[in-house]
Amino acid sequence: MLTSRLQGMRRSKSLFQKLYDLNLFIVAVVFIIAMIGFALLYSVSGGNVDPWAKKQVIRFVIGMAGMVFIALVDIRVWMFLAYPFYFLSLILLIFVSITGHTGMGATRWINLGFMNLQPSELMKIALILALARYYHCLDKEDVRRYKSLLKPVFLIAAPAILVLLQPDLGTSLLIVLGGVSILFCGGVRRWIFVVGFIAMIPTAFGAWNFMKPYQQNRVLTFLNPERDPLGAGYHSIQAKIAIGSGGLYGKGFIQGSQSQLNFLPEKHTDFIFTVLAEEFGLIGGMGLIGLYIILLAYAIIISMSVKSQFGRLLTLGMAVTFFLYMFINIAMNLGMLPVVGVPLPLVSYGGSAMLTLLIGIGFVLCAAIHRDTAISRGGAFA
Amino acid sequence: MAAKPDNEKYKLFTRRAGLISGGMLVLSSAIIGRMYFLQVVSQSQYKLLADRNRISLRLLAPQRGNILDRNGHELAINRTDYRVNIIPEQTEDVEKTLEALSLILPIQEWQKRRILSAVKKQRAFLPVTVAENLDWETFARLNVNMPDLPGVIPDMGITRYYPEKDTLAHIVGYVSSVNEQEIGEDPLLELPGFKIGKNGMERILDQRLRGKAGNSKVEVNVMGRAIRELSRNDSVPGDTLNLTIDRDIQNFTADFIRDESAAVVVMDVHTGDVLALVSTPSFDPNDFNLGISQKKYDALLHDARHPLTNKTIQGEYPPGSTIKMLIALGALEAGVINEDEKIFCNSKYHIGDTIKYCWKREGHGHVNMVEAIAGSCDVYFYEVARRLGIDRIHKIFDRFGLGNKFDINIPGEKSGLNPSKGWKMATRGVGWQGGDTLNVGIGQGDVLVTPLQLCVMTSRLVNGGKAVLPKILLSETNETEDKIEKMPYTSRHIDVVLKGMEAVINKPFGVAYAQRMRQNDMSFGGKTGSAQVRRISKTERDDGVRKNEEKPWRERDHALFVGYGPLENPRYAVSVIVEHGGGGSKKAAPIAKNVLEYMFSREMKIEPPIDASDNLGEG
Repeated sequence: MLTSRLQGMRRSKSLFQKLYDLNLFIVAVVFIIAMIGFALLYSVSGGNVDPWAKKQVIRFVIGMAGMVFIALVDIRVWMFLAYPFYFLSLILLIFVSITGHTGMGATRWINLGFMNLQPSELMKIALILALARYYHCLDKEDVRRYKSLLKPVFLIAAPAILVLLQPDLGTSLLIVLGGVSILFCGGVRRWIFVVGFIAMIPTAFGAWNFMKPYQQNRVLTFLNPERDPLGAGYHSIQAKIAIGSGGLYGKGFIQGSQSQLNFLPEKHTDFIFTVLAEEFGLIGGMGLIGLYIILLAYAIIISMSVKSQFGRLLTLGMAVTFFLYMFINIAMNLGMLPVVGVPLPLVSYGGSAMLTLLIGIGFVLCAAIHRDTAISRGGAFA
Repeated sequence: MAAKPDNEKYKLFTRRAGLISGGMLVLSSAIIGRMYFLQVVSQSQYKLLADRNRISLRLLAPQRGNILDRNGHELAINRTDYRVNIIPEQTEDVEKTLEALSLILPIQEWQKRRILSAVKKQRAFLPVTVAENLDWETFARLNVNMPDLPGVIPDMGITRYYPEKDTLAHIVGYVSSVNEQEIGEDPLLELPGFKIGKNGMERILDQRLRGKAGNSKVEVNVMGRAIRELSRNDSVPGDTLNLTIDRDIQNFTADFIRDESAAVVVMDVHTGDVLALVSTPSFDPNDFNLGISQKKYDALLHDARHPLTNKTIQGEYPPGSTIKMLIALGALEAGVINEDEKIFCNSKYHIGDTIKYCWKREGHGHVNMVEAIAGSCDVYFYEVARRLGIDRIHKIFDRFGLGNKFDINIPGEKSGLNPSKGWKMATRGVGWQGGDTLNVGIGQGDVLVTPLQLCVMTSRLVNGGKAVLPKILLSETNETEDKIEKMPYTSRHIDVVLKGMEAVINKPFGVAYAQRMRQNDMSFGGKTGSAQVRRISKTERDDGVRKNEEKPWRERDHALFVGYGPLENPRYAVSVIVEHGGGGSKKAAPIAKNVLEYMFSREMKIEPPIDASDNLGEG
């Protein structure tokens, strides 16, 4: 039975053909962005491949392999695995909530030996897969029924609450917004979003009480960084000084005084954009943002050209998630958002996020390769 | 395949995906706008903040100027010394490390407190000095034990050093750490470990000795640790000061009077150069460099012989008979007496209802001026002073420097007291009495002088009446010598007075005949004096005045002497005071004699004669 299914897949496209169809432009842009990341990690360690740049290259190579693998596998296989993958992620998330690695005051990781796995990162992908599958299987009338909102709301809320409890406000926000974007493009009535948005306000107040003191501090400090310039506001102020002093052209590679002299905290992870802006100026910062926009535009164009609703929603969900990473991180670097732990996609040092994002891009490439693969409403291989 | 509903779904998707794309574009534009604002519009402001973060201006302490004597011998220098520092961030527990360290070098409790408070104040990577001026053996032992003492850093640094130790302490003074009230405009004073002059010339000429701070612009990291130097302005070292003091005369004199509470001033009578300015007992200024212990300081402070006082300029004493030359000179000038007039002394002098006594109980008989000076006859000078009157006495005292401050560059100079009618009215509210004049005429009563003033007085007498001023800083040119004002005194009159001074030492009827120089080519003259510390009462005099040796130390008379030498073309003047030393001829004159003999023999390149004189005579 399985062999016949696999033969059916092969009939649609040969492996060689799929490789040929692999969108090399996207791969090239990803590669360039990652290269920028390596260079910045090399810079923040004072011109040294240790301790960050070398490790990051290795992770990127592993991630790239994963990305290509995901791209080449038939999209129907992924649709078939969407729910199992979601529930596996959910179980892991519950698992870390009970027992997990404690770092930075939050419980987030599972130690896999070679890397620390963050189930919340996996969940971002899994949720998009699950929701894309769910909406793929509904026709237009079903989508408009309120009853059919129950399942997706549960799919989103369960992981979002678990992550919020960790507590990781940033990731929780990414999960919710990524999921909502699929509901939106899947065709849920517009006024629901309006109501949902209004409902967010009391929820935000509720969330305030849920937050740990350091998170409340971050929000307060964001609203007024000078409130505590040597304490909670320090990150924000020093990042602004670094970016502002970079000017139009920057201070030069490995020449950023703020980052090289350690005035800038978390410079290899959450604040790496600041290093770029300080050393390469407005030109450098806009260059990277330009690359991100090219990548996103390409993904959105792909999403519109894919025949299956699953492929479309999957691609768009990945694009939105990618965009949210980028936006939240840069806005935080620029002092427009409070300090939340969201990395700069493909650039910040860290294994889980790098893997998540490359897998996400892998699904975009997969949808592009299988753009003409028709998938019945009933399910993966029905 | 149902194409139609899929088609509708596709359209809806495209529309909404377009909306989302639009949202992304808006948000991306917001980011870029914000970047433009930070990096282009506000760039200069943030650049300034970034530089303020990274650039730290560090002061470079200038090398303090040396103090040298007139022949270039070092009196105050900067010496490389072995010290030990502790870097708090490199030790686990500063207190425990100090304890371990105290097995190698003793650390007092008060030193420990100073170190611990410095550790608290400074950044953890800055060294704190634990001990300075270590000897080589201790320093070597420290180096051997380095591995067991993390954070303890043996170091070589610069400290102020006074090679002559106590003999020049009152002149040179000392440096010490800056206290909080002294921190002012010069940021140098806030430099850790910086020291400023606290006494003597170190204090009064601190600005000249200090030099100008340099600075070094360094790039620092977030911890304040220097990463590299960006630019540097070297400091300008302080001026070297050349004193008029002759170290060898100073040391000889200081050694000679080491056991007394005494003061000696030696001057060049023509230039005013102060060759020696000795006050004993003294202290070692090196003790003050790192901070003296409270116990040691208290001992100095409460010593009855006042080692911290510079008696040469701060001690105010009744001059006793040492001012009789001025009374004589004033009288000759005023024409109230001539040198040959004899006055009879039977040891008693009647004024009104009271009787004043001469020191010599059997009396001097008929004495002329030279004999009166040589024998220090009080009755003669009662009479002459009476004839001269206080106004003219006051004037000649003032001309010869008594009651004057010379603004010599040593702090604490006192003016003494040259009494006058106006002064008495103003301070006591009573008029001047005839008896007051008589007291002043023999250097008692209200008149007070400093040893420096006595030396200036002697210089002006023996240099032909030139109003020479004492100098402690060697001037580069000698031009001033010719410009010194000549005072309006007849040289014949001065010669009479000098003849009297010569006779004091060199004539058998002189009170200090025993102190004459027996060496060929050496000679000196002078005048003894003894100043009563307390008034002798009527009953005491009736019971017979006790000899000085019988009184407790504090009640004994001060012994004074002013002298000059050689007799032909005098060049040096000396003034001596030995507190509670008794008679001037016994105690003070030998000091002047030995100092002058030392100076003469040095000039003649011969060994100084061994002092064989006996103590004879009275002053």
